[in-house]
Amino acid sequence: MKIVAVTSCPTGIAHTYMAAEALEQAAKEAGHEIKVETQGAAGAEAVADADIAGADAVVFAADVEVRNRERFAGKPLVQTSVKRAINDAAGLISEAEAAARTGGAGGVVAGAAAEAREAAAMETADRPETKVDQGAGLGTRLRQWLMTGVSYMIPFVAAGGILIAVAFLLGGPEVANKVNGGTFEGVEYPAVEDLSNLIVQAGYAGLLFKIGGVAFSMLVPILAGFIAYAMGDRPALVAGIVGGLLANEIGAGFLGGLAAGLIAGAIVIWIKRVKVPRGVAGIMPVVVIPLVSTLIVGVLMLVVIGQPIAALQEGLTNWLEGLGGSNAILLGIIIGLMMAFDMGGPVNKVAYAFGLAALASGNLKIMAAVMAAGMTPPLGLALATVIRKHLFTKAERQAGEAAWLLGASFITEGAIPFAAADPLRVIPALMVGSAVTGALVMGFGNESRAPHGGIWVTGLISKPILYILAILIGTAVTAAGVIILKSTRRKEAADIEPAASRQATATS
Amino acid sequence: MADLITPDLVDLDLAATERGEATRSLAERLQAAGRVTDLDQFLADVRAREAQMPTGIEGGIGIPHCRSVAVTEPTLGFGRSTQGIDWGAADGPAHLIFLIAAPEGGGAEHMGILAKLARKLIHASFRESLHQARDPEDVVSLVKKEVLGQ
Repeated sequence: MKIVAVTSCPTGIAHTYMAAEALEQAAKEAGHEIKVETQGAAGAEAVADADIAGADAVVFAADVEVRNRERFAGKPLVQTSVKRAINDAAGLISEAEAAARTGGAGGVVAGAAAEAREAAAMETADRPETKVDQGAGLGTRLRQWLMTGVSYMIPFVAAGGILIAVAFLLGGPEVANKVNGGTFEGVEYPAVEDLSNLIVQAGYAGLLFKIGGVAFSMLVPILAGFIAYAMGDRPALVAGIVGGLLANEIGAGFLGGLAAGLIAGAIVIWIKRVKVPRGVAGIMPVVVIPLVSTLIVGVLMLVVIGQPIAALQEGLTNWLEGLGGSNAILLGIIIGLMMAFDMGGPVNKVAYAFGLAALASGNLKIMAAVMAAGMTPPLGLALATVIRKHLFTKAERQAGEAAWLLGASFITEGAIPFAAADPLRVIPALMVGSAVTGALVMGFGNESRAPHGGIWVTGLISKPILYILAILIGTAVTAAGVIILKSTRRKEAADIEPAASRQATATS
Repeated sequence: MADLITPDLVDLDLAATERGEATRSLAERLQAAGRVTDLDQFLADVRAREAQMPTGIEGGIGIPHCRSVAVTEPTLGFGRSTQGIDWGAADGPAHLIFLIAAPEGGGAEHMGILAKLARKLIHASFRESLHQARDPEDVVSLVKKEVLGQ
């Protein structure tokens, strides 16, 4: 990416140049090209018009008015104080990345409105920090932390998910039971205990299934690890990954992984602030920070988060069993909501286990609803990325391509990258779509003899046309919900972010 | 042009505990070296800049500075404080104090040197070397090497 920046400060002898140097370093580290115009006392060497024309984003780190700002008109803009550029150049560069991606919060405005905005900022220049400012900045950074984790996770979703889907295609849905054990269509399969027998017991499809499964088991650790990495850099990676592995072990799902990553990053940021004697400082990033942060995250995951999750699952299971005899459509809605809530997390697992138990006791309807409701989240998101491309990042659009196959194969995890990047908007939309599908399947009275396999086991499902119709309707509802919720955010962002950057200018 | 910094402009054991006091003690060194002609005028100019927005930045750095008619040569005064002095940065007190004095209407050459100095302050290795410096000569040779390339 190409960035142009202007730095300027009241005296023009110190902060202007420090900010320029900090921005140049941060841009270089992030792999971007940057040209900085220092409007200071040593005379400004103007950035060339060609550089401005080729720039993807403009950064103004200025406490006084930027001279000749009309040259930058129409470019995506990040505007802040000169001190912010010195203290947090890396954060500023990632904001520039975000601005370039979204077309920027309004862009550079030449003329009176911009001058009025700057004048207002200057008036309040020495006001103390406010909570509003911190909140706005944190919101942006939070999105960037999550996106970092998601971007590293997507290849794992794609590779693992496609391997599993191909395994189903080649080996039939029973391949999952041949590898992991269990009953399929009345046949009891032993689990593969010794991997050297894998191909004998489960065939080459089993081999693919196993490899895909291992890739999938890394989703949550990678997500958590790279969220922490985005926050606290290399020393935070271990606490994030270990936190994610423990989230797997306690069955906390990707939401547990999000929490683990954020907690790990926050702890590392906090430890880095502690002043230590110079002798200890050298071993901080290699030994002390990883050790202390991993210990704290591990204890939190196992003791503080693990126990409540187990209790929650037990409570939900009892509650669902109590509902067993009540209204079928209501049950379908509840199962749909649960399947889409955390996609492989504790709530989803309760719904799936409930379906399995029903299947074992001869009630085939619940499993049909469970499977259909687990297919619409990736399918709906894949549809949304096709019809409203601009609402998604490039990485998300690529994840959307794989999501078609994953959704069709009842691999609900295909939706996790989207949900992890923007949980508060994506998850509700997924839940509504899955609830619709769950209710429809229960209403149609479809029955499924297979506990997995998606559209590849349509032959084992009664009234297959109505079943597919239910899935298509839920997919459309999911896509519509995601598009509506994401669109409101874009509008908000455009309204709020100029105000936020002004706040930052005013208060840093 | 006189040297940007000399050993008598360096105080590795700054006793002052407060911003104004610390600035004054460094400014007195500049005055004694003949770099500042009118101490009160100079301090007023530094205060005026500091009042616009404190010059402390994260990482324990304070950079009081000004352009002033009371300054004869672009000059760097350097002070190191073990206990730290609040310089208005969010993350704690400043341990390295750079008093940058620029003459009013100084030429581009003067200002170019100060700009190079300011850029150096960002580098953690430069800061660390200043923390490690054993005597004023260390500081002077470090600044000459890093900023002036001598």
